[in-house]
Amino acid sequence: MVIVNALVQGVLLGGLFAMAALGLSIAFGILRVVNLAHGEIMTVGAYLAAVALSSLGVDVWVSLLLVVPLLGVVGYWVQRLLLQRALTLGELAPLLVTFGIAIIIPNALIELFTTNKQAIPTGSLAVRSIRVADGVSIGVLPLLTMVIAVLLIAGTQQFLARTRSGRYMRAAADDSDTLRLMGVDHRRVYASAMGLAFAIAALAGVFFGMRQGGVTPFDGQLMVLFAFEAVIIGGLGSLWGTLAGGIVLGVAQTLAGVVSPELPLLVGNLVFLAVLVLRPTGIVRSKVVA
Amino acid sequence: MTALLAAERIEAGYGDSRAVAGVSLAVEPGEVLALVGANGAGKSTLLRVLAGAHRPDAGRVLLHGDDVTQVRDFERNRLGVSLVPEGRRLFASLTVRDNLEIGAGSRRTGTWTVDTVVDALPMLGDLLERNASQLSGGQQQAVAIGRGLMSNPEVLLLDEVSLGLAPIVIDELYASLAAVRRGGLGIVLVEQDLERTVAVADRIACMLEGHAVLEGTPATLTRAQITDAYFGHEVASW
Repeated sequence: MVIVNALVQGVLLGGLFAMAALGLSIAFGILRVVNLAHGEIMTVGAYLAAVALSSLGVDVWVSLLLVVPLLGVVGYWVQRLLLQRALTLGELAPLLVTFGIAIIIPNALIELFTTNKQAIPTGSLAVRSIRVADGVSIGVLPLLTMVIAVLLIAGTQQFLARTRSGRYMRAAADDSDTLRLMGVDHRRVYASAMGLAFAIAALAGVFFGMRQGGVTPFDGQLMVLFAFEAVIIGGLGSLWGTLAGGIVLGVAQTLAGVVSPELPLLVGNLVFLAVLVLRPTGIVRSKVVA
Repeated sequence: MTALLAAERIEAGYGDSRAVAGVSLAVEPGEVLALVGANGAGKSTLLRVLAGAHRPDAGRVLLHGDDVTQVRDFERNRLGVSLVPEGRRLFASLTVRDNLEIGAGSRRTGTWTVDTVVDALPMLGDLLERNASQLSGGQQQAVAIGRGLMSNPEVLLLDEVSLGLAPIVIDELYASLAAVRRGGLGIVLVEQDLERTVAVADRIACMLEGHAVLEGTPATLTRAQITDAYFGHEVASW
């Protein structure tokens, strides 16, 4: 029953990883930008939620209504003012810009908040669980995280397939030069896609913070690692692949945790390496734009 | 009379290579201007300059007499200049309908809708929900032309419509061009296929090594004149 429980917890943990990976997948699938600062954007989202909780006195759900749109707007302008210019300099330039952002953000957070953990209390939600069998319980927060991750992926898929903006994003991923010939300013399309990626990253960051009870300036480094691993295991640029990749990573980590509490990170990384070697295109064959 | 779209002494190239050297031409409303010439004559570069997709080194592009040389490609499309690029350049992961609807990105109003495009290009009728990557070359070209029309342009710039297509498919596409010519739409048609071009054009301009070397109507130009200008045997001046 220990193994079954670990499997269940691993699948649910995969929901969190998938949520973290989704924004990364959008940025890569549509803009072909590998956002090395993705984890730090998640951290900023968690910090903003923590600040909203402590200074405005709102609960974590209300804080999401402020944090998610705010980081969406930030993402739009980061793309317009920084990354779009970098894209004109070559493929390496945006990578270096996001690397720079990934260094600046933790240092700025240390200056502003010290290295102490900023609490993101969720009341009884963090400990509430549903007992499904002897020795197998499902935490309400992990379950909620998984449900929201699935809804987010399905919603993003529908947005890309059914809306005018979504079609523009897919067209921009195919051929932005030709999209311009259709009277569409591809810079706005790219900026909107990055805004969406930042907004989802912020949401994922808050959920990470909720799961850990708070956030520190360095959490982004681990978050971006999990997000990258989920994206690559699932298949670069594939939306549902992020969910599959997240679940594989989550299950690998929790099963390893049954053997020893020191193993989860190592085993997760080994599974990631194995997929890179044996199936470098990932386990799901579809594209974010498909 | 002010031309619908005019190029004035356009010079353009890539790095040190000069593709277009001082070319002037104009297209009037409702007219088909065929731009012929051998591979590398500079036709496609000139078309891209007219569409705003390539910035000229010198010269001006005028739309209704207004200087639009510095107007970017997506803004020029909104002003009524639509380019159907060489190689079709469809959005491969999208359906035919999506490709057509994206063609209306400029949100210009007019008679061209998905339905009227299908009326003009009947081969698209059963393909609307099919993925663009699954189409034959001729079907892709029909989508590319339809997508170009969806912005309800005043000028349609068609680059190498027949490139790589079977003769029977080219015939069908050229037959459709007759249905496309309506409402004063000006067309600049770049082609290497002389026979078909001469058949549909109101006026012909021939380019050779970046220069415009011959211009006239099919009635006033002899086949020998066009062939000589095309291959550069005996360059006529105009």
